[in-house]
Amino acid sequence: MPPHPETWLQPRPEGLFCLPGGFFIDATRAVDRAIITHGHADHARPGHQHVLASVETLAIMRSRMGEGRAGITQQALAIGEVLRIGDVDVSLVPAGHVLGSCQVVMEYQGSRAVVSGDYKRRADPTCAPFTPVVCDVFVTEATFGLPVFRHPDTDKEIAKLLHSMTVFPERPHLIGAYGLGKSQRVIALLRASGYDAPIYLHGALAKLCTLYGELGINLGDLRPATVADKSALRGAVVLAPPSAVADRWARRLDDPVVAVASGWMRVRQRAKASGVELPLIISDHADWDELLATVIDVQAPEIWVTHGNETALIYQLGLMGRRGRALSLIGYGDEGDDT
Amino acid sequence: MKPFADLLERLLYTQGRNAKIALLADYFATRPDPERGYALAAIAGKLDFPGAKPAVLRALVATRADPELFALSYDYVGDLAEAIALIWPKAEVESPPELPSVVDQLRRTPREAIPALIATWLDASDVSTRIALIKLITGGLRVGASLRLAKLALAQRFGVEVDAIEEIWHGLLPPYPTLFDWLERRTARPDPGTTPVFRPPMLAHPIEDTDRAGLDWSAYRAEWKWDGIRVQLVATPGGKRLYSRGADDISASFPEILAAMEFNAVLDGELLVIRDGVVAPFADLQQRLNRKIVSAKARAEYPVAVRLYDMLFDGAADLRGLPFDQRRARLEAWFAATTPARMDISPQIDFETEADLAGLRASARDDGIEGLMLKAAASPYLAGRPKGYWWKWKRDPLSLDCVLMYAQRGHGRRSSFYSDYTFGVWTEEGRLVPIGKAYSGYTDAELLVLDKWIRSHTTATYGPVREVEPGIVLEIGFDAAQRSSRHKSGIALRFPRILRLRLDKPVAEADRLETATRLIGAAAV
Ligand SMILES: [Zn+2]
Ligand SMILES: [Zn+2]
Repeated sequence: MPPHPETWLQPRPEGLFCLPGGFFIDATRAVDRAIITHGHADHARPGHQHVLASVETLAIMRSRMGEGRAGITQQALAIGEVLRIGDVDVSLVPAGHVLGSCQVVMEYQGSRAVVSGDYKRRADPTCAPFTPVVCDVFVTEATFGLPVFRHPDTDKEIAKLLHSMTVFPERPHLIGAYGLGKSQRVIALLRASGYDAPIYLHGALAKLCTLYGELGINLGDLRPATVADKSALRGAVVLAPPSAVADRWARRLDDPVVAVASGWMRVRQRAKASGVELPLIISDHADWDELLATVIDVQAPEIWVTHGNETALIYQLGLMGRRGRALSLIGYGDEGDDT
Repeated sequence: MKPFADLLERLLYTQGRNAKIALLADYFATRPDPERGYALAAIAGKLDFPGAKPAVLRALVATRADPELFALSYDYVGDLAEAIALIWPKAEVESPPELPSVVDQLRRTPREAIPALIATWLDASDVSTRIALIKLITGGLRVGASLRLAKLALAQRFGVEVDAIEEIWHGLLPPYPTLFDWLERRTARPDPGTTPVFRPPMLAHPIEDTDRAGLDWSAYRAEWKWDGIRVQLVATPGGKRLYSRGADDISASFPEILAAMEFNAVLDGELLVIRDGVVAPFADLQQRLNRKIVSAKARAEYPVAVRLYDMLFDGAADLRGLPFDQRRARLEAWFAATTPARMDISPQIDFETEADLAGLRASARDDGIEGLMLKAAASPYLAGRPKGYWWKWKRDPLSLDCVLMYAQRGHGRRSSFYSDYTFGVWTEEGRLVPIGKAYSGYTDAELLVLDKWIRSHTTATYGPVREVEPGIVLEIGFDAAQRSSRHKSGIALRFPRILRLRLDKPVAEADRLETATRLIGAAAV
C-alpha cells in the first residue's frame, strides 16, 4: 500500500518539506533546496541555495531580487516535464494565479500530493489556466475561504471601470493593484476590452510590466506616471501599488477617482475603510465556489489548508466528506509586494 | 429596485457632499413616480414594515445557508444585511422587483407570508439589490444626514429654495405625489394647512473683530447664548411637534415639553436641562437625546425646559415679517397671558457700549452659557443665515498644551494626509494619557508639517493608525472639559480643535493631567 503523504510531506517552521526529495516548497526562510510556486514575495523569498521553478517564475525572481539573491543556482522545469529529485517524481502544472505560477505535483511510491500555491480558476489573459491533477492529498490556499466571497464576473468589473471613465471623463482613474500579476491582468483586460490609450504606471510597477512584455504578454502603450505632467494624466488610467493610492505619491493627480482591484473589495465596510470610491472586485485567488469546485475536481479524500480563512473551509470539507487539515503555515497571505 | 440599489451603493463610496447631492439629483430627475417618492421615503426613514424585522431575515437565511457557515461569515462581515446578501445563493436569472411593488406587496401581504415573499425577491436579485432590499425592509436605511442632502438635491434639480421644501415637508406623505407635482410645476405648492410643520430657523453668524468694529451697537439687542439645543415648538389645532434645528421631529424624546404645549403658536428657543433655575452642563442634556422611550427616572434626573427667545406664529398670525422688537413684545405679552409650564423667556441684557458686553462675556463662567447673541432690533425672521442681522459672540476657548500621540489618515481630499490627531497630557508618573482627538483648526501649511513629521517619527502602526514618538506639542482649544468614565484619563473635551503648533515648546513642558482635571466644570471664557 502506498505511504500516506503525511509520512513524507511535513509542515516545518520553514514551510512544507518533502522528506524523500530533500526540498521545501515556498520556504519562508533561506534553505538549501526550494521549489517555488510563484513570484509573490511571500512565496518566493531570497537567499536559497538551489531554486527550482518555472522559467517565468525564475525570471520574475531575478528581476525582483537581483541575480545573486534569487538562488545561488537556478533550475527551470518545463510544464509537464517530470524530474526525479531523490526518490520523488516532481512536475509543475499551471496554477492560473500569475504569470509562471505552478502547482507542485509530487509522486512517491505510488502516493501523490499536489501543492497548489496560490491559484484561481477564472480566465486570465496573462497566464496559463489552472489544471486540476487527481491526487491523494491536495494542499490548498484559503485566502477567500468564506462563502461570502464569490467574485463577480471580471468583465462586469471592467465594464464598471469603463463606465466610470465615461461619467468622469476629466478625472484620472487611479487603480491600486499589486505589482505582480494584478496590475498586468487589469491592463490586459482593459486592452482586451478595446481600451488602447496610454496607461500610466507608478515606478514600482514599470519593471515587472516590461518583464511581462519580454515574456510575451503584450500590454500596449505604457508610460511612467512620475514624469507625465498633470494635464497628460487628465482622464487617464493610472496604476499604482495599493499602498501608494492613499500615499503622498497620489497627490500628483488632480481629483482622481480612486479604485482598488482586489477580492477584498467584495466586503463594503472593508472597501470603504480603505477610502476607495470605485471598488473593483478582481481577484487572483480562488473564491469560495472555486475552492469547492477544485476540491471536487482533484478528487482528493484529504485537503490540507496552508493559509487564509481556513475554519469555514475545513468545516465545509467535513460536510463534503473530506478530511480537512489546517497547516496554519506562518508567513503567507500578504502578497507582500506592495509595502 | 436596481436603480435605487445602485444609488445607495454609489452614495456609500462617494466622499464629497456635492458629489452626493449630484447623484441624488440625477436619481430624482430620471426615475419615475412613484419609485422616486418611495426612495425619498426610505431615505427619510418613513417606511415601516412591522412584519419584517431582522429576526425574520436571520430565520430566512438559515433556509439557504449552513448556520455555522453563516455565523462565521456574519462575524467576518459585521453587517447583517450585507452578510445575508453575500451568502445568499447566486440568482439563476436576475429579475429584481421594482421598488413600488416591494412597498405595495409588503403592505398587503399577511405577516406569515412575508418571509417567503422576501425569499423570492432575494432569489431574483444581485448582491447590491439584496443589500438594499434587506435594509429597506428592516428599516436600516435611515442615515441622518442623507435626508437633508436629498432635499438639497431636489431643490437644486427643480430650481426651488430648500427652505420652501422644509416648510411643507412634515405635512407630506409618501410617496409624495403632491411634492413632485409642485416641483415639476404641474400644481401649486402643497398647503400644509394646520399640520404642525417645521419652519426653517434663522441662524446667526460668528462675529469677528472686523464685524464688531463697524457695528452700530444701539441698533442691537443682546441675550445670553445658551449651551443647549435649538428647538422649534409647533402647536396648532392640527397637532403638536418639537423639532430640532435640523428639522428632525424629536417630540418622542421630550414628552413633558409636548404636554406643556397647550397653546396655538410657533416658538423658537433653547432646550436645556434646568435644576432649581440653574442650567446644567450640556453633558446632562445629552442623556436625554436620541431616546425613543424616556424612563420616569431619566425625566426626574434630567428635567428639561425650554428657554424661549422668538415667536414665529401667534395663533394663525405669521409674525416673521415683523421686526425683532415687535416679535419680542408679542412673545412677552403672549407668555404673560399663557404662562406655559416648563418654559421661561431668555432675558435681554442691558448694555450701552461694546465694552459693557465684552466685560459680561469675559466674566460669565456658568456651565450653561456659550457666549452672547446679538440681534438687530429691526430684523425680520429670515430663514437661513442672512448676514448682518444676528451674530453670535462665543467665549474664547479654554486651552491646553498637549502632546501628539497617534495620527490617522483623513477622508476624501485629505485621504493622503495624516490629518486626524489623538493627543494627550502627562500623568504624575510621567506617562502620556490621551485626552482627545482633533481634526480641524490647523492651516494647510501646518497640516503639511505634521504629515511629514508623522511619517518620519512613527513608532508603530495599527491598521490605519500610526503611533508617533512624543515630539510635537499642540495647543488645543476647547469649549469645556467634562468628567468622563469612558476615557482612561477621566476627562472629555467639548469641541477640541488645534489652535496652533507649538514647535517651539519641548514636550516635557506640555500640560499635566492634573491641570486638565482642574478645568472640569469651567466653561470657556
Ligand atoms: Zn500569490
Ligand atoms: Zn500568497
